[in-house]
Amino acid sequence: MNWITEHKIPIGSWMESFVDWLTANADFIFDAISITLEWLILTVVELLVWLPPSVPILAAGAIAWLLHRSVPLVIFVVAALLLILNLGYWQEMLETLVLVLTATTISIMFGVPIGILAAHKPWLYTILRPILDLMQTIPTFVYLIPTLVLFGLGVVPGLISTIIFAIAAPIRLTYLGISKVPGDLIEAGRAFGATPFKLLYKVELPAAMPSIMAGITQCIMLSLSMVVISALVGADGLGKPVVRALNTVNISQGFEAGLAIVLVAIILDRICKAPNAKEDV
Amino acid sequence: MAAISIQNVDVIFGKNTEQSIELLDQGKSRQEIINTTGDTVGVHNACIDIEEGEICVLMGLSGSGKSSLLRAVNGLNKTSRGKLLVQDCEEMVDIASCDRATLLHMRSKRISMVFQNFALMPWLSVVDNVAFGLEMQGMGKTERRKKAMEQLKMVSLDQWADKLPSELSGGMQQRVGLARAFAMDTDILLMDEPFSALDPLIRSQLQDELIELQQNMKKTIVFVSHDLDEALKIGSKIGIMESAKIIQYDIPENIVLKPANAYVQDFVAHTNPLNVLKGNSLMKHVNDLTETQYGYCFDEQQQLYLNVDHQQHLINITHLDQVQQMQFCPADQAVEELSKNTVTLVPADITMKRAIEIKYHTGYPIILAEQERVLGVLNDHSFYHALLGKHFQTDLEEAL
Repeated sequence: MNWITEHKIPIGSWMESFVDWLTANADFIFDAISITLEWLILTVVELLVWLPPSVPILAAGAIAWLLHRSVPLVIFVVAALLLILNLGYWQEMLETLVLVLTATTISIMFGVPIGILAAHKPWLYTILRPILDLMQTIPTFVYLIPTLVLFGLGVVPGLISTIIFAIAAPIRLTYLGISKVPGDLIEAGRAFGATPFKLLYKVELPAAMPSIMAGITQCIMLSLSMVVISALVGADGLGKPVVRALNTVNISQGFEAGLAIVLVAIILDRICKAPNAKEDV
Repeated sequence: MAAISIQNVDVIFGKNTEQSIELLDQGKSRQEIINTTGDTVGVHNACIDIEEGEICVLMGLSGSGKSSLLRAVNGLNKTSRGKLLVQDCEEMVDIASCDRATLLHMRSKRISMVFQNFALMPWLSVVDNVAFGLEMQGMGKTERRKKAMEQLKMVSLDQWADKLPSELSGGMQQRVGLARAFAMDTDILLMDEPFSALDPLIRSQLQDELIELQQNMKKTIVFVSHDLDEALKIGSKIGIMESAKIIQYDIPENIVLKPANAYVQDFVAHTNPLNVLKGNSLMKHVNDLTETQYGYCFDEQQQLYLNVDHQQHLINITHLDQVQQMQFCPADQAVEELSKNTVTLVPADITMKRAIEIKYHTGYPIILAEQERVLGVLNDHSFYHALLGKHFQTDLEEAL
């Protein structure tokens, strides 16, 4: 049986040479993406940090009220944000929020159209499915290494890793929503003279909306679960104090930062689920 | 000119339509074609002309191809072979071969459709659902809402305009579906088992509503149904389909009286034909009555005789030699207003249902007349025939 181990198939080195090739030949593209995204995120964070904390807190309360019309939710949102402010994680919380929302926005921008396309072209979904499985199952650290090489230290490799991990949710659920649109609704649309474009906008998308919204909520949650890992490659945010606490075995800091992450997660989840819950009534 | 002319239409679902058509021409069965090419034959060689203002009912069991043929009329199903001409103002457009733009034009201006499971958009309010087709036409919001409200009034649902479809009962939802189709102002209406998903009572109510609406609108309607009673009630022509073929296309009365084969006869045997059967097809002819010294005897028990002149004009009705009173009952007169115990003269095309009502009310036989000429009489024998569904055996029995 020695012959099996004698000649190792160089899968690892293939990947390495591919990444090397990318760095050598397409570096300018990655640099451009990196610089643009970093500038965008840092500007937004700076703006939010510059604002007095009362403004984002009131804004969050107002959004919760508009979407949900529920007093307990508004009280919870405001109280949770005040607690984070009190614990001293205000800036980190804003950085995390911007990172998560940017990752989600980009995921939706690409994920929803890809999902729509896949629902209309079965062959595309056949190709996509193993890729999506791969993106979700490969341990995050594995693709953190090449993104680090390609985009350099900082917030961008964290953002890209987050997107790779989270984009599968909107693709999958958009695909599911669109392909589950009842056949008679599609027929009705066509029978009343809808063009393919109108059929998409007036029938398929509204019918698939609950599923797409579920995909977006999931995408936000998945992005949030990546903050600690993003911190390892230098992204700012609530992940940083967690990593620092881990290195110094600082229980109190670790717990406080973890609590802040959980609070952000609950706030985002409750606010985003509002339109979904309405559909169900 | 026919509003819809279906000429040798085949509808085949699958990827090898050309090969399947060849096999069809060789006379292979549906199952054999599925086994060889994997294709399903939906419709095979359908040929019917539907005149303007007619309600054509396509009747058959599930899988007989009736819905497939209906969907070919607005191009939801692709016609594999043949011509499917639909009237568009002065010209006839071939749905089977026209381009995309023409097809969209036909769908939004000439043909609208009502679905079995209503197919209302659950996220749109009732009024927006009715306006859906108009929105597809590109009509502005205020204008299409105004028009939709008018249609909702017509089906008396204007109170419900801002509700969601899920808040309505099934019957109401289908009325919204009807209003949505009517809102398009198309001449042709395709209805795919529109009332099958409803309770029997609501179904019959909606059938009546449709018949009433049709009297004012005079649309050309193609209606798919698996229920022969429904077909007989609303159809002006009925096409019976079995395994992808139209096996009989005729007026309701002929379907009941002259079923093309055992399959149709089986269907007819399980229906209530009283609404369809006309008196003149079941009557006993004057010439077949026994002639006596008092005249033609048409009721032996009550000893009633009728006398006609050589042009078959009625002279009088007698009880032995006493001349009897009689009354005339035109088609629009209420049966309750007739006098009892009197022989009634009615138009020859009276439905058997009405004839039985008159007989029950007056207790006397009924004489059928057409342009003052006596054609025949309806006696107990004719009524039992109609009730027992033996009408299409009469010829046979009499021959024996």
